[in-house]
Amino acid sequence: MNIFVIFRIAFRALARNKMRSALTMLGIVIGVAAVIAMVSIGQGAQASVQAQIASVGTNLLFVGAGSQNVGGVRSGTGATSSNTLTVEDIEAIRREIPSVAMASPTVNARSQIVFGNQNWNTSVQGVNEQFPQIRKWVVQSGEFFTEADVRTAARVVVLGQTVAESLFPGADPVGQMVRVRELPFRVIGVMTRRGQDAQGRDQDDNALAPFTTIQKKLLAITHIQFAHVSAISPGATYTAQEQITELLRQRHKLAPNQENDFFVRNLTDVAEAADETNRIMTYLLGSIAGVSLLVGGIGIMNIMLVSVTERTREIGIRMAIGARSSAVRTQFLIESIVLSLTGGAIGIMVGIAISLLIPVMLGWPTLISFIAIVGSVIFSAAVGIFFGYYPARKAAGLDPIDALRYE
Amino acid sequence: MQLVAEADAKTIELNAQMKSRLADERDPIEPVIKLDHIHKIYKMGDIEVHALRGITLTIRQGEFVAVMGVSGSGKSTMMNIIGCLDQPTRGTYILDGQNVSKLSKDDRADIRNHKIGFVFQGFNLLARTSAIENVELPMLYAGIETAERKRRAREALEAVGLAGRENSHPNQLSGGQQQRVAIARALVNHPTIILADEPTGALDSRTSVEVMEIFQRLSRERGITLLVVTHEHDIAEYARRVIIFRDGKIKSDEPAPHQRDAAEELKTLPMLDDDDDD
Repeated sequence: MNIFVIFRIAFRALARNKMRSALTMLGIVIGVAAVIAMVSIGQGAQASVQAQIASVGTNLLFVGAGSQNVGGVRSGTGATSSNTLTVEDIEAIRREIPSVAMASPTVNARSQIVFGNQNWNTSVQGVNEQFPQIRKWVVQSGEFFTEADVRTAARVVVLGQTVAESLFPGADPVGQMVRVRELPFRVIGVMTRRGQDAQGRDQDDNALAPFTTIQKKLLAITHIQFAHVSAISPGATYTAQEQITELLRQRHKLAPNQENDFFVRNLTDVAEAADETNRIMTYLLGSIAGVSLLVGGIGIMNIMLVSVTERTREIGIRMAIGARSSAVRTQFLIESIVLSLTGGAIGIMVGIAISLLIPVMLGWPTLISFIAIVGSVIFSAAVGIFFGYYPARKAAGLDPIDALRYE
Repeated sequence: MQLVAEADAKTIELNAQMKSRLADERDPIEPVIKLDHIHKIYKMGDIEVHALRGITLTIRQGEFVAVMGVSGSGKSTMMNIIGCLDQPTRGTYILDGQNVSKLSKDDRADIRNHKIGFVFQGFNLLARTSAIENVELPMLYAGIETAERKRRAREALEAVGLAGRENSHPNQLSGGQQQRVAIARALVNHPTIILADEPTGALDSRTSVEVMEIFQRLSRERGITLLVVTHEHDIAEYARRVIIFRDGKIKSDEPAPHQRDAAEELKTLPMLDDDDDD
């Protein structure tokens, strides 16, 4: 008995009752569409995080005073209690470590910035003139401060877009005087827009000034809290991380059994931590959607069973005419597989459509996963075979005489 | 000289025809259906039902046989066994020279496909399926190719007088037309025997005669062996031999005293209003 003939018989049988076939498939369609959509949301989030990090610069290292949080995903704007990290440490890092390209000492002072009757509370970061190159983040208008500004602790400030828009709606801030913690500063530039970072914070809600200015004029400290360091290449980050650690331990005269009183964070760790979180979220979403797919499969089995009962007479006729049990079984199995595969295909298309619509309607990034599509196809086929087998066997086991008599 | 040559040519032609006909036809000496001491016993829980108690029966090719008997007489059980839908508990059944008494389920399915045509009281056509697709069904299971299938199906529909109705669905056909589709379906694999179970049970009187006319024509023209189960004596009179079952045995097996000619009767029967295919 030719398998193609049975395919044809199965197709005709399904086409005969289009409404029922459509309703049976619905479970699979929804399940597959959900899986595809969920996974693409998860993957979109992952890709977006990775893009963020890539734009920041994958050769970026972050050094901070105080001990690191375990598995830290916090990027360290929290207060640190240690004051052991100094400007000279950073100078040494820049000077003595070959795998380090540039370094900027960094301090943070949360401050109120006032212009006229507008004010805005933001994080004012003190950095040096190398900061734009280290962070790959340049000014959009005006200019960044210079080495001279740092040396002289000039009272100049570069605003992030959010701060600029809040204090100077519709106007150009460059050249204007603002008050930072009551002290007059001249705005010399506005940074380009960055958007949200990997943790969802607004990177444009920020102001940059020479670290020396912040140290002396705002915080009255001589130590520094952090440092932005760039390695000579993305591949050199781990070497740089090791070498910085060694150097600082030496400089801070730490005994071998003493813990670091600083931390050196490789951005890759942060990236991987964020990635891991997203990966777990993707799996979770996918699993939930997978459950709905399973339910869809159960739906198919139920309908196939009902169908077998309803078509008892028909099965009897086929057997009387000369269909072997195996032909009947194969027919129903193929019907089940066709239903689930077709449902899967439609579900994939619906899932892709949803994945394309979500960025437009909700603003979330999505990335369609090829693996999810292939997985859905395989799963649909498996569901069809698994949940169709029992009804098919039941159909094949009917006795033609009884079946013909069935009302 | 020419006449002799013509005569010779004719003889050669006739000989050839006879040879091919003999090759096609089964040996008329050997019966098509040979039942020998057939018993059928059903177990229903603790009780044994002895449905057939030693049936011995011979049916030759081309016979038109009516099978009668009340419910419980064993006639349905007998038909199921003859149709290879069921197997005898004891005894032998030789169909067309082959012992089919102890065949496997699959083998019996094959035999049904190739050698047996069924016609049922309830027509048993596939719903939402065109007439021609219904007729093609046995050929699908026989693995016949599309072109050949279509050709044979059309031919069969023509033979039962439904040439224009190939694409009609059963719900668009009258009872008589549906039964004709069923008969066409039964014919399409060129079976040895056709088994009809109360074929006119759901039809009005005129349509019943039309169906019997088709049966008689098939029996005459194609030499198909026909077994018709009926409880109506009127219908039985169209057959040439009547077998009556009772209590699991054959009570009587006689040639029909006066075989009615359905074709003749149709000429004189009045037309009914709702018969729309003439």
